[in-house]
Amino acid sequence: MIEGILVEGLIYALMALGVFVTFRILDFPDLTVDGSFPLGAAIMAAMVVAGANPWFALLVAFAGGVSAGVVTAMIHNKLKVPHLLAGILTMTMLYSINIRVLGNRANIPLIRQETILSQVAAFGAAWFSTEWSMFVFFVIVIVVTKLLLDVFFRTDLGLTIGALGDNPQMVIATGVNPEHLKVIGVALSNGLVAVSGAFAAQFLGFADVNLGLGIIIAGLASVMIGEFLLRSNRIGVLTLRVILGSILFRAIMYLGRFYGYYINLTPNDLKLITGLLIIVSLIITKTRTPRTRPWKPLSNSAIPEPRPATGPAVIEETDQ
Amino acid sequence: MIRIEKLSKVYYPGTVNEIAAIRDVDLHVAEGDFITIIGSNGAGKTTLFNLVSGNQPATTGRIFVNDTDVTSHAEYKRAAYIGRIFQDPRLGTAGRMALEDNLIIAYKKGMKGLKISLNSRRRDFFREQLTKLEMGLENRLKDNVGLFSGGQRQALTLLMMVISRPSLILLDEHTAALDPKNASIVLDLTTRFIREYGLTTMMVTHNMGQAIAYGNRLLMMDKGEIILDVAGEEKKNLTVEKLIDKFHKIRHASFENDEALLSP
Ligand SMILES: Nc1ncnc2c1ncn2[C@@H]1O[C@H](COP(=O)(O)OP(=O)(O)OP(=O)(O)O)[C@@H](O)[C@H]1O
Ligand SMILES: [Mg+2]
Repeated sequence: MIEGILVEGLIYALMALGVFVTFRILDFPDLTVDGSFPLGAAIMAAMVVAGANPWFALLVAFAGGVSAGVVTAMIHNKLKVPHLLAGILTMTMLYSINIRVLGNRANIPLIRQETILSQVAAFGAAWFSTEWSMFVFFVIVIVVTKLLLDVFFRTDLGLTIGALGDNPQMVIATGVNPEHLKVIGVALSNGLVAVSGAFAAQFLGFADVNLGLGIIIAGLASVMIGEFLLRSNRIGVLTLRVILGSILFRAIMYLGRFYGYYINLTPNDLKLITGLLIIVSLIITKTRTPRTRPWKPLSNSAIPEPRPATGPAVIEETDQ
Repeated sequence: MIRIEKLSKVYYPGTVNEIAAIRDVDLHVAEGDFITIIGSNGAGKTTLFNLVSGNQPATTGRIFVNDTDVTSHAEYKRAAYIGRIFQDPRLGTAGRMALEDNLIIAYKKGMKGLKISLNSRRRDFFREQLTKLEMGLENRLKDNVGLFSGGQRQALTLLMMVISRPSLILLDEHTAALDPKNASIVLDLTTRFIREYGLTTMMVTHNMGQAIAYGNRLLMMDKGEIILDVAGEEKKNLTVEKLIDKFHKIRHASFENDEALLSP
């Protein structure tokens, strides 16, 4: 059981890291996730069933997520559509696309197919049980991903993407087109989400068009739980706490599934619990004493005030 | 260096709220000019800067920089040679990022790559630059900029602008939000940097005394027009009284309100 929670937590941590990149670093609340997660799952399942190399399928899933992110960012940039609407548009279109990818079906089973996870289990069989083999494998995947992200957000490009979520005017002042940064950030985020979906399909043994339902909220809850665990402004800690948050979130969901039965909860209530979890997190964040600013806010007639601190789309003490 | 021809900006054209914020402005700014700009609230000073920097499109007219027509160039492209500081100290820096990260972003102007440019050599360079501010910031490279005071943050904005090597800088009441002590520190820094780096400068101020004391040329704006343009000896001999007198003669208007606004 514990290894199940850990493996699930690590798989969904990839998705949570993607959500973290858009919501917290880029300040671009991106709802594409609900479509790019099942997109990754669908690509993986469809390709594996068609006999493709699962590693190659993983790469294609990543590319699929990246494309979805590019579409959302372009809709937002070029048509001047708000973030949320751009994401919902892509997500809605992806629903149809995902069914196409699945071969005009709502799901594809992956039982007895050669997947990355079946390879991992076979490879690790000499030392571990299947579950622990997967655990070791996903620890490696997550650590590598996390370290790559940490390095990325220290590069000149990564730092500038961080600055965009903080002060777009400053990014323009340094001669960078914010639109380009948004495309890169949202694409990267959805690439991670799709990879997470691809692994989830292998772990669950099927890909389903509804796999992404409410996944964005699960990602957000993981990010927010992580924020209670550790306080820091270092990127290494920020990504670490997203991963820990994801594992903790899965543990809470697990408890809800298995023990909620005693208080008449059904698996259908989990989305409600997730939502309530986020609301509680928001309330706790709000009631913490706000940091005071050493000078009075002023506005320049032509430039909008920096966005007010509202809800989840704001990093409390982020920085790289 | 900058040539502005028949520039105008109309907000809400064709509606009852139509505002002509800039009307047919012609202006030539020479290399090395330090121009101070005064004018009452709503005169169009900020709008002029918005048009020059590319923050907003002009309604009609052209803007040339070194004989290149930049009228249709995006703001981020013009930022390669135009630096701008706002009244609000928060607009120039990323408050949730460390000082050194802010500096490296400003230093590496233009689209960034996957290089990690922040190294100990750069940190030494930044420390050396920060000592010029005389605010002790050289010891706070890892601190988030949001922790700094408004004066520190505006001084930092100035430094970040300077290390990004612009050729024209637009200062829009950039000391107005600071207390008198910090305002004078930042203003001193400004003039030092302008001299040291030979920056062509346009500076909006609400302080007539300042407008007269600084720079080699003074513009007065009113209702979207440049109504007064003095330079050289004439500028040196200006006094607040003479300035008010000139305004009277040009506008034949009661100056009472404006006198209050343009404090000497
Ligand atoms: N974005 C905008 N939309 C609509 N009207 C605007 C906008 N920006 C400026 N205006 C109007 O244009 C006119 C000129 O404003 P501007 O901000 O340029 O004045 P200013 O000289 O900078 O004044 P202040 O000294 O108060 O800063 C004003 O009437 C103002 O209301
Ligand atoms: Mg103004």
